[in-house]
Amino acid sequence: MRYVFDIEGGNFDKAGQASSEIKKVMKQLGIEPAIIKRTVIALYEAEVNIVAHAYRGTLDAVVFEDRIVLRLCDVGPGIEDIAKAKEKGYSTASPAVREMGFGAGMGLYNMEKNADVLRISSEVGQGTVVEIVNYLNNRHS
Amino acid sequence: MKVQEMMDLVGGKLVCGESVHNQDIYYGFASDLMSDVLTLHASQHLLITGLANLQTVRTAEMADIGVVLLVRGKKASPEMCELANDLGITIIETSFSMFRTSGLLFTHGLQPVY
Repeated sequence: MRYVFDIEGGNFDKAGQASSEIKKVMKQLGIEPAIIKRTVIALYEAEVNIVAHAYRGTLDAVVFEDRIVLRLCDVGPGIEDIAKAKEKGYSTASPAVREMGFGAGMGLYNMEKNADVLRISSEVGQGTVVEIVNYLNNRHS
Repeated sequence: MKVQEMMDLVGGKLVCGESVHNQDIYYGFASDLMSDVLTLHASQHLLITGLANLQTVRTAEMADIGVVLLVRGKKASPEMCELANDLGITIIETSFSMFRTSGLLFTHGLQPVY
């Protein structure tokens, strides 16, 4: 099953809508609540990052029998130093983003913690691609 | 602790969501940073926050938090209530500060997550 969503950069009123839809799908499929929670937390952080930093993006979610693959691509400024961005507390978020309760430098940390596989690639001035893979059983958690 | 007891302690007013007065809550977590809230593994916990916007409700949804307590007199907007109602999340408001709220609930048995 495949689901595709557009994500609007800068629009915090809509941030989380795609993650919410994926949560509903996973619930309907009867996936274990703990796996749903890990997956949607990683996804929500990735979605909020697009809203906070990029101009626009897409989420392409594919549910396989044993795993869910979430690919988020954005058009935006990109990440200059991915290793640094993963450090707890490091953030380049604007004051407006911080007012929304984000930008504390926990986003990539939370994504890493809740994803079985996390791949990030980025080109400065072009955009970022984040891929999250979570297995739908407990062997990988 | 029952939700009703929590409301009595902080002079809370239920503004969105279903009546959950008899529901148990075991843990509390106080933060205005939503990414901090997303680090939690506990269930049946109360989110105490001064952040009143749609992302407060979205964060509660992702973190499986059923009850949000807005402190410092912060008000839930109609959009927040609409989303909270759709998601089955309860929002309670209190005029107490986060410090006072947390202290009261802690001394009456609500457990910290960490």
